[in-house]
This record gives sequence, C-alpha cells and structure tokens, in this order.
Amino acid sequence: MAAIKQAERIDTDEGGMGYLQSLPRRVVTVYLPLLVFMIVLLFPFYWMTITAIKPNAEMTDYANHNPFWVVHPTLQHIRYLLFETSYPGWLLNTIIISTAATFLSLLAAVLAAYAIERLRFSGARQVGLAVFLAYLVPPSILFIPLSLMVFNLGLYDTPFALILTYPTFLVPFCTWLLMGYFRSIPFELEECALIDGASRWQILTKIVLPLSVPGLISAGIFAFTLSWNEFIYALTFIQSSEKKTVPVGVLTELVRSDVYEWGALMAGALIGSLPVVVLYSFFVEYYVSSMTGAVKE
Amino acid sequence: MAVNSAAVRPRPSILSRLAESRNVLGFGFMLPAAALLLVFLTYPLGLGVWLGFTDARIGRPGIFIGIENYEYLWSDSVFWLSVFNTLLYTVSASILKFVLGLWLALILNQNLPFKSFFRAVVLLPWVVPTVLSAIAFWWIYDSQFSILSWALQQMGLIDHRINFLGDPTNARASVIAANVWRGIPFVAITLLAGLQTIPQSLYEAATLDGASRWQLFRHVTLPLLTPIIAITMTFSVLFTFTDFQLIYVLTRGGPVNATHLMATLSFQRGIAGGQLGEGAAIAVAMIPFLLAAILFSYFGLQRRRWQQGGGD
Repeated sequence: MAAIKQAERIDTDEGGMGYLQSLPRRVVTVYLPLLVFMIVLLFPFYWMTITAIKPNAEMTDYANHNPFWVVHPTLQHIRYLLFETSYPGWLLNTIIISTAATFLSLLAAVLAAYAIERLRFSGARQVGLAVFLAYLVPPSILFIPLSLMVFNLGLYDTPFALILTYPTFLVPFCTWLLMGYFRSIPFELEECALIDGASRWQILTKIVLPLSVPGLISAGIFAFTLSWNEFIYALTFIQSSEKKTVPVGVLTELVRSDVYEWGALMAGALIGSLPVVVLYSFFVEYYVSSMTGAVKE
Repeated sequence: MAVNSAAVRPRPSILSRLAESRNVLGFGFMLPAAALLLVFLTYPLGLGVWLGFTDARIGRPGIFIGIENYEYLWSDSVFWLSVFNTLLYTVSASILKFVLGLWLALILNQNLPFKSFFRAVVLLPWVVPTVLSAIAFWWIYDSQFSILSWALQQMGLIDHRINFLGDPTNARASVIAANVWRGIPFVAITLLAGLQTIPQSLYEAATLDGASRWQLFRHVTLPLLTPIIAITMTFSVLFTFTDFQLIYVLTRGGPVNATHLMATLSFQRGIAGGQLGEGAAIAVAMIPFLLAAILFSYFGLQRRRWQQGGGD
C-alpha cells in the first residue's frame, strides 16, 4: 500500500513544467503518438470482438460489407461455443487449476518469505538469492524433463500435473514479492509481540499477514493471471479433450484443418480473456505494483 | 541421552526452545516452498541436462550416449537456423520493445487527462493470455481475409494481398510485430514506474541551467533510469528468448523453418517427434545464452550504481 500511496503522491507532482509547452506542440508530441499507440494496442481486441459477433455471411464478404463494422450482430458463435463444444468444461478446468495453483503457491511463498526475511536463519541470504534465480528459469527448458517426471509419477493427463508444476514459476515470484512487503513491516511490532509471549506462528498470522494484505492480493492476482495464461505445460501434460485448459483447448480443439471457424475462435479467445481482464480491472493498482515491485527489487 | 536432559529440564521447555530456534523454525517454514522447487524445478533442470546426454524417447528410457546429441545438432542446419532465428527474434523484438516502450512511458509520464485510465488500458495486451491474443493475430494475418491487407488496399498503398505468414521474410516480421505488440506494455509500465521516481526538481534545475529538451532526456532521465532499464530489459530478453506460444500459434516454425525458435524446435523434436534426448539437448543449448543475457544486464547494473551517487 505504501508503494501505491507514494506513486499517487508523485503523480500530483509530475508534469510540473508542462505549462512551458504550447498546446499545438503538445498535440504533436503527446496526444497524436498516444492516439496511435492506443489504436495499435487496442485494435486486436476490437477485431476479436467484432469477429465474434459477426454472422458468417458478413465474415469474409469484404466487397459488400465494411469489415470494420457489423450490420447484423449475432450470438450464434457464442451459442455454438458454449453449447456444442467442451468450452465450458475448459473454463471450469482453468478456474480450478489456476485457483489451486495460486493458493498452493501463496501458502508456500508466505512461509518461505517470512522465514527468509524475518527468521533470518543461517544462509537466509543465499536462499533468497536462489529463489530469485529460480524465477529466471523459463518453462521452455523444463517442459521435457518435467513431462517425463509427470508421466512417471502417474500424473499425466490429470489436473494435478498442472497444479503441482505451476508453482515452479509462481513460488519464486510470490516469495520475492512478499519478501519486499514483509521488509516494510517494522521489526518493533514483532519484538513487542515476542515479549508478550506470542509464538512465531502467532506473529505471522496475527501481525504480519494482516499488515501485508495488499501484498497478498498483488501476489495472488498476478499468480492467478500467470496460471491462467500458461500454455506450454498445459499443452504437454494434458491429452484428453475434456481436461484441457482454455488456451490449449481453443487452439487444439476449435481449429479444424479444413475450415477455420473464425467467429467461434474469436469468441473463444474473447471469453477466455474476460476473467483475467475483469480481475485485472478491479485490481489495476495491485497488479501494477506487483509487476513493478518485482522489477524494482 | 534424551531421557537425561528431559530429567534436567521439563519437556515443554525443550520443545519450546526448539520452536524458538531460528534454524529449526526457518527449516520448517522453508519446507513447502523448498520441496516444491527442489522436486519440480531443480531436479528437472538436472534431469534435462542428463537427458541431453541420452537417447531417451517417449516410452523408452535412454542410455548414456555422451555428446552424440550435441554432435548431431552441431551438424544440423535446422538447429543453426533456429539459433539464428532466436537471436534475430530476440534482438529485434527487444530493441523495438525498448524504444517504443520508453516512448510510451515518456508520453504517459506527461500531465494527461484520464491518465490512470490510459495506464490501465495500455497493460491489456500483456494481461490477456498470449495464446488467445496470438489467435487474434492469426486472423489479422490471414492470407486471404487479412484486415491489414484489405485496409492497405483500400488506401491504395498496395495492389495485392500481403502473404503475412507464408513468406519467410514476412513471417519473421509478422511474429516479431506480434511479440512487440504484446511486450510494449510491460516495458512501458515498468519504465513509467521508474520515471515517476525521478524528482521534478532535477528537471527544473537543469532547465534553469539552459538544458534543451534532448539534454534533459539524455543527461537527467536516462542516467537515472538506467538501473530499471537494465532489469526490465533482462526480463524482456528472457521472455522473448524463451518464447514458445506465439510461434506455436502463428506459424509452428514454418514456412520452411524460417520462424523456428529454439523452444519450438525443442518441442517439435522432443514431444511431437518423441526424441526426448534431442529435445532436451536443444533446451540445454539455450542455457548459455540465457546466462550471458543475465550476466550482461547484472554487470551493466553494477557499473551504473555509483553514477546515481548511491551506496556500493
């Protein structure tokens, strides 16, 4: 929270010399480029939406219909997606897997971050560094040995294959982020509690955690989004159609070799993005602070 | 022995002493995270290196064959093409992301109306699942019904449709453009956070001394931003170098392997082709590049620290 407050305070201060710029100059140097950036960054979303509600007759008939607009919007693609494919099942799988992986990672990360930052056991600094290095190990170099392990452990084609492997990138990130939050909590609070006879566990649950709720929310949202977006593990470890997650399902099951159902594909992409976008829009500040917080440390 | 000490001190006291010990407690608290990471991260990392030295296939444990996989890859032109593609992809996408991201960050750092709205919207490409936005790009790049081709044709800029993903050069440019689109928000928002920590008084002082706008940027903004640029770009390079999803959706490495990255080649040989050993060897071959990128930015950061007048 402190970081957010600080950012707000600086916000009011910035642009202090803006009055030195004339309006025409600002239009050319600020508003025009901003407009172009916005159009480029948002166009794919507009195109996704417009395709998802466009009837097939208009879809490819560029001669008679302006492709940028839709004359007769339809819900047929969305209806097809929700009632004639396994899409609802994929959504449910993704929700379950992302939630479970996020909670598992948060639990492990809270304990680890508290131990590294506050218990200061011997070698805590080295462990902290190792956690950071673990964050830099990309899934692209782990998926082959992991697929072998997942198979040998009998987890292949089960949700647990993903719930247990997603923490490999979630735990390092959450731990690193929470270490920063715990650092900002004054030592004196813990000392008082220790003198009053509180155990370490009580200090963690009754003092440190309530004070770091914003950090927990940041880490949780970020972890949820990362698990929702994960692709390579889900592609490799899951085979049955009904057990897939949204990104993998849309790509591997909705794409038929002969004809592309662009309407249904775009509807699938749109609906699959919606949960993370809604979550993100409610917690923008937390999201930004977790993203920048991880980089700043 | 345990009985003896129990006689001297009451049992709860030993337990509580144990519970107060930083090391015992620290070990207990670290256990869940350490178990997860050791089993599913450290061990597979080692296993991957080992697999690179075997001829394992799916469903058949391999035997040690020394550096045969690497010898094979050394003489494999597709592997070298994927290395070249990965470097080209990483370098060009990272430079574009940096320049455009910094530009966007500088714009957003101005005094704008609806500033928080713009900042929230800018991040959207980074928030939505890559695969799903890549599918949108797939449709945008469609060979027959590309909206870009249509719009350019309407404007009279081109006279025939662009074959975005079918031609090697175009395909490379297209996947890089899609990657840049997705990566700009991350760079812009993290650099914006860095820009907001630069005190306005420095700009005012420099302006009083007669500094031009370029000098303000070059001698105030850039030096103060360098540490955060270094970290942001390390992450950006890391993500780009190990990218898999975008290529897998848009081209699957084609046409004629022109967009195969090391990660996609590793998947194609290791999982789709079943040659686990060879796939693992390709993945291991990525590690030196990653280490080089990390070390490069780490030392870049170290060298700059004194410039801000900071400690060490």
